This record gives sequence, C-alpha cells and structure tokens, in this order.
Amino acid sequence: MARVFMKGCEAIAEAAVRAGCRFFAGYPITPQNEIPEYFARRLPEVGGTFVQGESEVASINMVYGAASAGTRSMTSSSSPGVALKSEGISYCASARIPMVYANISRGGPGVGSIQPAQMDYFQATKASGNGGFRMRVFAPSTVQEAVDMTYQAFDYADQDRNPVLILADGVIGTMMEPVVLPDMKSDEEIAAIKESKKSWACIGHPLDYANRAWIQPGQWSTIVQQKCNEEARDLYASWEPEVEEYQVEDAEIVIAAYGISARISKSVVDMLRKEGVLVGLIRPKTVYPFPYAAFDHINYEKCKAVLDVEMSIPAQFVEDVAAAVKERCPIETCLCSGGNIMSREAVIDAVKKINEK
Amino acid sequence: METNLCVAGFGGQGVMTLGKFLASATCDSTDKNVTFFPSYGAEQRGGTANCFVVISDDMIGAPLGDVMDDLIVMNGPSLHKFLDTLKPGGTLFINSSIVSDDIAREDIKVVKAPVTEMALEMGNAKVLNVIMLGVYIGYTEVVSPEVVWGTIEHKLGKKPKLLPLNKEAFEKGLDIGRSQRG
Repeated sequence: MARVFMKGCEAIAEAAVRAGCRFFAGYPITPQNEIPEYFARRLPEVGGTFVQGESEVASINMVYGAASAGTRSMTSSSSPGVALKSEGISYCASARIPMVYANISRGGPGVGSIQPAQMDYFQATKASGNGGFRMRVFAPSTVQEAVDMTYQAFDYADQDRNPVLILADGVIGTMMEPVVLPDMKSDEEIAAIKESKKSWACIGHPLDYANRAWIQPGQWSTIVQQKCNEEARDLYASWEPEVEEYQVEDAEIVIAAYGISARISKSVVDMLRKEGVLVGLIRPKTVYPFPYAAFDHINYEKCKAVLDVEMSIPAQFVEDVAAAVKERCPIETCLCSGGNIMSREAVIDAVKKINEK
Repeated sequence: METNLCVAGFGGQGVMTLGKFLASATCDSTDKNVTFFPSYGAEQRGGTANCFVVISDDMIGAPLGDVMDDLIVMNGPSLHKFLDTLKPGGTLFINSSIVSDDIAREDIKVVKAPVTEMALEMGNAKVLNVIMLGVYIGYTEVVSPEVVWGTIEHKLGKKPKLLPLNKEAFEKGLDIGRSQRG
C-alpha cells in the first residue's frame, strides 16, 4: 500500500471520510484547525456536509442532530473547546447516539496554552459531561494509529450506540508522518450502515409511523431512567481495553505512558535496553476502558518502580496507574506541562535515577 | 541511523516549506520513517518560526529531539536560540547574507550560503528556502537530489511558471552544498 505524508489532523479527517463520515460541524481552535479545514474541502467532494458552527455548543448539537438521523457524524476541538461541547456529548450519550469526536489537546486549565499537552485525562476518561456516562477513549501515539483508531471509532460508535473519543494531543495533531490510509467505504456500504439504524434513528418516511423515531436525552419516568442507566452500565462493562506491552516481562523499571509520551518513552526503552538497562513500557491504547490487568504482567519481585510519564502537572493518568499497580511497587513520575513537550532526555534521566537506587 | 534536523528562521522565509519538502521527499522515495513537526504558536511574518524533521531507519520516538544532528539557521535570533542544541560534530547550515555573527563553537562543521542575496539576485526573494534546501541536500545527500526536486515539482504543480526559477535556485544550492563537502 502506498504511503502518503500527512498531518495528523488531516489524516484523522481523511480516515473519518473513508469510514463513511458524511457530516462534520466544528468551531476553530488551535491546534486542531486542520481537521475542520480538511473536512470543509473534502466533504463536498463525497456528497457530505460541512458546517462551521457559530460556536462549540452549536457544532456539537448539529452533530447530535445529524447522528440522530443516522448519518456517521463527527466533531473535533481542543481542550477548552471540548469543555464547551460537554453538554452535547452528554446528551448524545444519554440518547445513545453514535458519534465520534476528537480532542487534539493543549495546555490547561482554562484557556491554557495552545501548545501540546495531555491535561484532559480526567475530562476524557472520568467526566466528559454530566451524568457519569462512559465512552471508549482511544489514545493514538502515531499518525498511523490516529488514522486506524478514527476509522474503527465509527464502527464502535454504531455498535455501541455511544460517542467515541479520539484523545490526541497537539504533537500528533500537527506533526506530519507517512501513513497508509484505509479503504474508502462505498456509497452502498454507507447507505447500508444508515439503513441498519432504522430501528432507532429519525429516518422514517412521513407516512411510515413505525420508523418516525424520536431521540430522547432523558426519561420522564425514574424507573425507565434507572433501567436506561443500568443498560448503559452493562454496555460499558462489556468493553475490552486495548494495550501495548513492550519488554515488560523482565523489566526492572516499567514506564506507563499513553499517546505522544508513550511514543517518546518507547524509543527510550530501545535506547536504554542497548545499554543493558532492563526497562519496559505499558501503553494503554484505550485509556477508557483502562487496561488495569496489563500491570499484573509486571514481575514485581524484580520491578524497582513504575515510572509514570505524562505531559500533565499535576499528574492525572498516574491515578489509574496507581489503581493498577495496587502498591506492589513504588510509582515515580516524569512530568512536563503547560505546552512543553516531553523530552526524551528527561525520560532517560528519570529511568536512570530509579535504576541507580 | 537517525538524523534530527531543525530548520529555523523568520516567519515568511519558507522555513516550514523547506522542512516539508525534505520530509515529503523522504516519504515518497524511501522506506525510512520520517516526521515533520512544526513549532506553532505566535509565529507570523517577521516572527521566528522553526520546524523539526527526523529521518530514521527505526521507529521514531520523539518527533523533536533534544539534540540536533543538523541545524539550518536562516536568521540571527535562530542561531542564538538553537546553536546549543547542535551535537558535537554536527553541521550548521547558515544564511550568511544576514547572519554575520561569529559562531561560538569549534566542535561543529559550518556550511555558509548567502541565500538571501542569491535569491534577490535571481529576482525573487522567496526562493531562499529552496536554495538552502539545495545546499542541505548537496552537502548531506540524505535524500537524492532528483527525488527532492521531484517533490518540489509536484508541490508547485499548480504554479508551473515558478518551476524554472525554483529549479535554478535548487541547483545553485546543490552546487554550494557539494563544493563544501569534505
């Protein structure tokens, strides 16, 4: 397959189009502007619709509407913009509407900085809106992975009837890298996907009352609401996490990291292994559900520490790492924040410091 | 084998385009891994702009390294900002038209090219980045000149009348780069 050289944001948008996404609404914010820019150019070519909304709130609600009508739909933003979309995301989760959104995250809190960061971990995995709903959250560490995860995300969204989040950061979003793109879904396939949603989506004919569904982001009856919540809980519990375990078996130091930090950490593993340092990496590809069980594969009799590497101060991802490690060994951190990108040298130093103990 | 390159200069000097041409050419012509990462922020015409290109036989970890193998500097402020990131034995490519500062390091190789003046002499100030790309390719041959030119030709496809000028610029750069090889 031919490699093409693409920017992360553009590759995400192209992967979505190939997965059959035919509606995108968004509002500008750095560092994700190339996603709406690309969709604006690309969707009209395939008979899709692009809307630049008047705000984040409007955009997410347009996606809520388009997805309710059975169309594969997407939005994207960056940290504070995603916060604004949280109401609509929660409504989609409550109404069980499949849609995909990407957070190309930047520094926070507040307006923060426009440079890359991983400071939305809690927002992405614990509370993307009110009401305790959950989503599959994919954390790509290469542009290729961003493509593959986005392409899959639409299938997961439809299968679950639930939003799916692509949690990337400003490095993945703005860097360019060779990628192999997935196949373009045909118009027939896209029509069949829409048809398959007929039992719930608002795509009925005016005279076809059975299919004139409506979308309900809440229930009048407390009993029905509880039943819906129980069904959602069971759905969330059925999800399997995805994880990469790299040289963990004999590791004396195990790095835990996701996204861009994991990619940088993986190269550190390779470099330090050449020097004889027994270091490994656990990289969640889904940060929700979190691959807690992967941490049971660490040999705690040998392991001096787990090193949490993330671009967030205070650390957030470390809380799930701690829940997985269960006090079987110490946890150290290697952190940066505010838009500064994780330095390979800093990770090397942090590993060596543990190794010398 | 991994090569880390930083390209830095004023916004408007085509720094990003230079990096993208090189990275795209690598993607098009080799099986190597390659990344292009632009620093972004308050960059604008007249402000500073820089990007990082990593070319590697192995998986690339950080798309911007802490230590550079090569550094292309198009203006004075960039020299001061990035000179310390260049590894001992690394190569500094410098736009000698506007960077006249003494290089305060003796453990690096320096390749000088007056690309601003050359571009002005050619009648289009904008081609300085293509001259500098030629210098870099001529000196390092990290990717073959034919492939890089093919990429430039493809990218400029919508503006064919600019091709002869850019071809000349690229070749002038190649000559300088080749002539300074040890």
